Amino acid sequence: MARVLLFGRLADLAGWRDRAVEAVSLRGLREVLAGADPALGEALAGPGVQVAVDKAIVRGEAVLAFGSEVAFLPPMSGG
Amino acid sequence: MTTPFRITLTDQAFEPGALLTAFCAGRDETGAVASFTGLARAEKGAAVALELEAYPGFTDTAIAAFADDAQARFGLQDYAIVHRVGRIAPGEAIVFVATAAVHRRAAFEACDFLMDYLKSRAPFWKKEHGPDGGRWIEPTAQDRTDAQRWD
Repeated sequence: MARVLLFGRLADLAGWRDRAVEAVSLRGLREVLAGADPALGEALAGPGVQVAVDKAIVRGEAVLAFGSEVAFLPPMSGG
Repeated sequence: MTTPFRITLTDQAFEPGALLTAFCAGRDETGAVASFTGLARAEKGAAVALELEAYPGFTDTAIAAFADDAQARFGLQDYAIVHRVGRIAPGEAIVFVATAAVHRRAAFEACDFLMDYLKSRAPFWKKEHGPDGGRWIEPTAQDRTDAQRWD
């Protein structure tokens, strides 16, 4: 089980910002999310969207430990 | 070294004058304190409010890492950054940055440098609420250019 956090326009698109999802890898997590909401799945794979696992940016695939926090970060705007 | 109070993200309105007074207190060996306060601005009365989203534990850590580099680069004695999150009304302070150094040049430049980072690269997501609803904002070309002049 991973905790998924969405930020910015991704949360607006999904209609949620914090959800528990059953997945043991980032790839699996993306598949579950895209299966439930194809538009969200496409947006999460879109240009400029970064992924942080337990608050550290990861690129490519990652294994998810139980309780991992996975955040999808759209392009940052600055303050 | 990063101490937690040097970076503050808050959903409460703050008073920049009080922050500056507190930052200046007890500095026997500081010759210069520079500060900047950014206010939420209404564009021709259009923006009803700004909404800033941060990722607690990620946003503050990223700002601290950048600010600690700035401290080394400019030889700062100290700095303080306070940034609003949540909904911010026009006229309210969004950001406060203060820098302390032996001489003024370092304090001025580091303050400018930190603001260019905060405005263009810091991990925030900004939404403008206007009469026609909300709109997510990306950094402007000018913000990017301002940040690049330090590269």
